[in-house]
Amino acid sequence: MALRSIDILTQTSQGLYCPLGDFHIDPIRPVKQALITHGHSDHARSGHRAVLATRETLRIMGVRYGEDFAGATQEAPLGKDIRIKDVTVRFTPAGHVLGSAQIAIEAGGTRIVVSGDYKRAEDPTCLPYEVVPCDVFITEATFGLPVFRHPDTRGEVRKLLDSVNLFPERAHIVGAYALGKAQRVMALLREEGYDKPLYLHGAMERLTELYKSEGVPLGETPKVVAAERSKLAGAIVICPPSSIQDLWSRRFPDPVTCFASGWMRVRARARQKGVELPLVISDHSDWDDLCRTIRETGAGEVWVTHGQEDALVHWCTMQGIRARPLHMLGYGDEGEAEDPGHPSAAAGGGDA
Amino acid sequence: MNRFAALLDRLAYEPRRNAKLRLLVDYFRHTPDPDRGYALAALTNSLMFKEAKPGLIRGLVEERTDPVLFRMSYHYVGDLAETTALIWPHPVSGEDKTPGPGHNNPPPHVPTISEVVETLATTGKSELPARVAGWLDALDETGRWALLKLITRELRVGVSARLAKTAVAQLGGVEPDEVELIWHGLEPPYEALFAWVEGRAPKPETSNPAPFRPPMLSHPLEEEDFPKLDAADFLGEWKWDGIRLQAVSGRSGDGRLVRRIYSRTGEDVSGAFPDLVEALDFEGAIDGELLIVREGRVQSFNVLQQRLNRKAVTPKLMAEFPAHLRVYDILTEGDEDLRHLPFSERRRRLELLVARLDDPRIDLSPLVEFSSWEILAAARSDPASVGAGPDADAIEGCMIKRADSPYLPGRPKGYWYKWKRDPYLVDAVMMYGQRGHGKRSSYYSDYTFGVWRDGPDGEELVPVGKAYHGFTDEELLKLDRYVRNHTVNRFGPVREVEYGKDRGLVLEVAFEGLQRSTRHKSGVAMRFPRINRIRWDKPAAEADRIETLEKILERGEKEIHPLKGPMIEQDTGGEAP
Repeated sequence: MALRSIDILTQTSQGLYCPLGDFHIDPIRPVKQALITHGHSDHARSGHRAVLATRETLRIMGVRYGEDFAGATQEAPLGKDIRIKDVTVRFTPAGHVLGSAQIAIEAGGTRIVVSGDYKRAEDPTCLPYEVVPCDVFITEATFGLPVFRHPDTRGEVRKLLDSVNLFPERAHIVGAYALGKAQRVMALLREEGYDKPLYLHGAMERLTELYKSEGVPLGETPKVVAAERSKLAGAIVICPPSSIQDLWSRRFPDPVTCFASGWMRVRARARQKGVELPLVISDHSDWDDLCRTIRETGAGEVWVTHGQEDALVHWCTMQGIRARPLHMLGYGDEGEAEDPGHPSAAAGGGDA
Repeated sequence: MNRFAALLDRLAYEPRRNAKLRLLVDYFRHTPDPDRGYALAALTNSLMFKEAKPGLIRGLVEERTDPVLFRMSYHYVGDLAETTALIWPHPVSGEDKTPGPGHNNPPPHVPTISEVVETLATTGKSELPARVAGWLDALDETGRWALLKLITRELRVGVSARLAKTAVAQLGGVEPDEVELIWHGLEPPYEALFAWVEGRAPKPETSNPAPFRPPMLSHPLEEEDFPKLDAADFLGEWKWDGIRLQAVSGRSGDGRLVRRIYSRTGEDVSGAFPDLVEALDFEGAIDGELLIVREGRVQSFNVLQQRLNRKAVTPKLMAEFPAHLRVYDILTEGDEDLRHLPFSERRRRLELLVARLDDPRIDLSPLVEFSSWEILAAARSDPASVGAGPDADAIEGCMIKRADSPYLPGRPKGYWYKWKRDPYLVDAVMMYGQRGHGKRSSYYSDYTFGVWRDGPDGEELVPVGKAYHGFTDEELLKLDRYVRNHTVNRFGPVREVEYGKDRGLVLEVAFEGLQRSTRHKSGVAMRFPRINRIRWDKPAAEADRIETLEKILERGEKEIHPLKGPMIEQDTGGEAP
């Protein structure tokens, strides 16, 4: 007889927990054994006794927290089964950021896939998502409302380049999350033929170097020198979202405030942040891709971790797929999962 | 339509006036007739078709989407047009984005703005939904959003009619006022106008003998202005709590006197005031305030509002709410443009004109004599004591105007100031928070507040109004957090917060006036309520009682009521759920 899904995976105050393998996935507090889906700080935290993750994710954690971020680390090869006590786990690309992976857990003929954050859209900076058929699919729902349909990224990047042409005397300041989005925007600009230097805020530097050393070509990416900001008319500058409204960005010549995020699909979000040129570029699945992915996994049951859980659960129910929200706290504190216009996001609370 | 959509999209995010102007000029330069003309008409609200109602859009989108998902999305986005634009399902491929039109599905035709406008002008009500649905199928997200804004006539992209006309003027290096002067003789799609500014044709002959001229506006007077201003340079007037109007009369080619009344923004509102139009027995343009005067006494704004709220202008309405124009400036007389003259000289000309007219419906706004700012301050705080007499309740402060000021369009600095009466203040307790719309969607930004009254079980709070501005963005974050952290009940987008004698948040609410209301539990409705201060320090038990409001109400009720009967409600605040 197949095991019940909750015997394989359950919830504790630290996050998702597999009792048969005695490990957590993306725990929000230090634990004995952690499996990490990707390097965003709300999923990858320091202080665990042992961490199992992809080579790239381990490198990212090393850059962010220092090489001693965990007691012991183990590299998870993609697509290979790994035995942990009574279960088998396997890491498969999730297409979210460099090194991101879904984690499949199998025991007694039942397979559960913890997808972490994922996207189906093309991304030159990481491996594409692979569908893993399963019984239970655990998904995020950051953009889990049918108003979120991400457009073709090329059109968005062209919007930016058109604006650079229309306002050559102004600097274009592009807010982008430091891990993943920033490098993707740079790679997309290069694909569109933009070959001038892309100026970086200091907070972007080390992760961008890491991407380059992993073989992602990003061209020339000098760090912005404070004294030279006023000379960067016509330049594209990439900085963390928190810096676009900072005094830091005001020193550039008549800056055009841009922000690359799936949230930019909703006008009020862009205006709340004072964004003048919203670029709808997301590292998460949009509504259509969430629905498509759930179907393609063939899962009979779906658990929704964070985001707009209610809408996605409703959709599953209407499709005859059993679904429940996990109401997990602690996710969405870094990167795009955080709704920038939403005050409770900063406070860590949810809005039911 | 795509080009117009891209323009609206950029404008909606662009805060700088000059950058907006550049985007507009760029659009007019690169867009052919008649598309650019219809775009100009849309931006100046000059389109002739009847606007589509939100109900039509809601009907269309609800047919095509899951009602639960639509409702969740609408609450999240906070704008019907935008929600519809984003959620509208792809007509062919549904969830799957890639497969475009197949052999049997030719690509849907993307309409031009001209096609949309021309079709709307000729399409009957019953065909409209199918037309709109077809366009929505053909357009992308931004196109759908722009189309819905266009057909509901709610562009709201921060472009005034004046700015759009300025952009047209800049195309050919003519003065914006020149465009303004011929504007009312022109019609969409304005081919003659573009031909003229581009130097391809002579200036269009204005066929409008009674054109609108942009009014001169004032700046609010700040404390720090006084030391810089010499009282001897200024003339004082009352600031009337009415509606600013421009009344214009002129002879048409056949010698007929054409009379028009314009709102402050240049909208022709003659149709709403036939009783006043009749009185415009002069040639020229005068500037003044629309008031309701009964038995020689100016009535409060509440009364004026009752006339404005009625759609049909019947003889009964005109008898009950007689329109009156209290004038304070003159722009032209006969063929003579007086705007370059000093205010004192124009005033003299105006006095002569009003005396000649000798019509009870048009009178002169009197000057307020003062020799120092202190004397004016005293007059402002008690108009009745310095000759305002029974009209004092309709006065909302003073205007001061430089005696030598020319009449300049727009809001020039240093000439005219308004010095408004201080608002009423009341300390009330927050009772409900509601999610805002537009820029504030998802924030709890609309607050219902109450004051104490005696209830069956001792003192209780009764809601007296709702306010959604007056606070800074930073304060909004705090108020939003307060609502989230003190929620005791949820009703859809509304949250009830904790309140009582020993708990609750006190809000100091400022408002301009009060009126009786049968729709509100408390029996009162506030005019322009806003949060003046957040009293984090004040215990809820010390908030004001309903009697404070009753007293203000009694003051304003010295109005003369011609007929007994239900008063028309003015939507000043929402009912608590």
